[in-house]
Amino acid sequence: MDQLTIADRKFNSRLFIGTGKFSSNEIMSDALKASGTELVTVSLKRANLSKEPDQFVNILDYIDPDKYLILPNTSGANTAEEALRLARLAQNAGLPNWIKLEIHPDHQYLLPDPIETLKATEALVAENFTVLPYINADPVLAKRLQDAGAATVMPLGSPIGSNRGLDNEEQIKIIIEQATVPVVIDAGIGKPSHATAAMELGADAVLINTAIAISNNPAQLANAFKNAVNTGRTAHNIGLSEATNEAHATSSLTGFITE
Amino acid sequence: MSFVNTFDNHANCLIPSTRKFKQLLNPVNAEELEELARLSASITRQHFGHTMRLFAPLYLSNECVNNCTYCGFSRSNAILRVTLNIDQVVTEASHLHSLGFRSLLLVAGEHPKFVSEGYLGECIKAIRDLIPSIALEVGPMETPEYSNMVEAGCETLVVYQETYNRNTYTKLHTSGPKKDFNWRLECPERAYRGGFRRIGIGALFGLSEWRNEALALASHLAYLQQNCWKVNYTVSFPRIRPAAGGFNPNHNLTDKDFLQLIFAFRITFPEVGIILSTRESKPLRDNLSKLGITSMSAGSHTEPGGYTGEGADDLHYTVRGRRVDVDNKNDSESLCSAQLATEQFEINDDRSPNQICEMLIENQLDPVWKDWDQSILCTN
Repeated sequence: MDQLTIADRKFNSRLFIGTGKFSSNEIMSDALKASGTELVTVSLKRANLSKEPDQFVNILDYIDPDKYLILPNTSGANTAEEALRLARLAQNAGLPNWIKLEIHPDHQYLLPDPIETLKATEALVAENFTVLPYINADPVLAKRLQDAGAATVMPLGSPIGSNRGLDNEEQIKIIIEQATVPVVIDAGIGKPSHATAAMELGADAVLINTAIAISNNPAQLANAFKNAVNTGRTAHNIGLSEATNEAHATSSLTGFITE
Repeated sequence: MSFVNTFDNHANCLIPSTRKFKQLLNPVNAEELEELARLSASITRQHFGHTMRLFAPLYLSNECVNNCTYCGFSRSNAILRVTLNIDQVVTEASHLHSLGFRSLLLVAGEHPKFVSEGYLGECIKAIRDLIPSIALEVGPMETPEYSNMVEAGCETLVVYQETYNRNTYTKLHTSGPKKDFNWRLECPERAYRGGFRRIGIGALFGLSEWRNEALALASHLAYLQQNCWKVNYTVSFPRIRPAAGGFNPNHNLTDKDFLQLIFAFRITFPEVGIILSTRESKPLRDNLSKLGITSMSAGSHTEPGGYTGEGADDLHYTVRGRRVDVDNKNDSESLCSAQLATEQFEINDDRSPNQICEMLIENQLDPVWKDWDQSILCTN
């Protein structure tokens, strides 16, 4: 079984799903099921973090913690300090001590702040959180985060919600080549073929949200992404031939040599 | 450096985004408007998904030292006034919380005596454990005062320029501190320095020619995005509604132009939130919920105490800054029939929050009540 291991936890699925932008919690829940995912991110600013049930703020009620690892994200934080406060709050609310670090003060493109992300990773690792930082596709930053104890690095394919695919492919290739922790392509993956391409490159997993959430049929598209991720992973494991500009005969040209 | 330094020349200094915006404001036929609507709807779904944020205004006070000819709260309007005390504010907020609201806009007239910085800070602190997202729409402040509001637990500042036409602004704001155009224009920048995380800007449409108004607003937004970048921006295009004082707008914005305005903003600024209040009609709100709007108020009251009747025992007139009891004016009869303070303007869509949710769900939109957490900013 080609399992993915992050920290000490094993995952059978390499497709992670984000829970924003769905037209209802029920539709989101159906999409999670169809995707086969085992890891689901939830924005803490949208969740009920009090102990009291809340009929109006109830997204967590639709994500079964026995089926999915809930990965709280710190979206909304502009600084390391704010991300830390959110992470601690999530922990106090009984959520797993895993945290998807999202610090994007630029609201136009939601691009992550590398300096605050590194600071927050160092601090959260020191507090025994399992930290999965969302980053721009910067190979040196990826190494710095790895050294700081990040459990994965999550470079963006292209800006959040853009559906543009792997705009940062060349930098992502370097990150994949050099990383000693799993590499999860997060953001910008707009169609199943993008997910396949990311997995073929050697990404360990992909995280999808917008493409599925705004689809006309989220559950069916989630299933298509599941297949796309598996296809890409299989191709990567087998090993793909290099592309060339010339034609190559499929029958041997030098097979007449007998010795 | 501030927007004030470039404002007067903004129409001649367009950047790619505002140039595109200006083109989008050119007159369109029905078919072209339809195309803009399609694009606007698609961009909105891409950036905001199938969601609609909901909020309610909570009016704290209708006392005001300004005379603004279009506003029901104008100082010289003989209206029933009240300022809610902290307990009354909590009662109103608790009621709104029970209806689902986790995002409230605290609104008050500008009055240093009744609506002081200390009072506003107390209001925020009193409701912040209940309401994760608190916004403020009050008279302009200095940066340190804004910092105090943020520290108290306020996340958003809303300040509309009303009109970006200096001459019109001067004519309409006849007395009071609001007369200072530049002081108001710099408000969002002071709010940014004060630490607010969302800033809402806008213009009151009907006061001046709409295309010029819209372009100035877009230029303001573009300036803020470049210079005050760590903030989530929202825009709003309120249209004048009937109010005490009986102001008649000279520049009515038609429904068709209103739609074009919304679509042009959405297409130019895909990530910016667009707010539509209960000033607008039911059919317009229902249809626009799918075409570009990202945040809506619901079941709104625009008078202090409007949700629960709080403050009804303290209604009075204010004449030249002094409280005048209703009995002294010999019209307690009208008070009995009114029972509430005078509203800022008449709302149009009077459906309950629950009915608005049903409409949104029918339109395949998820009503989002909570989209912020106090813990992000709150350190005390």
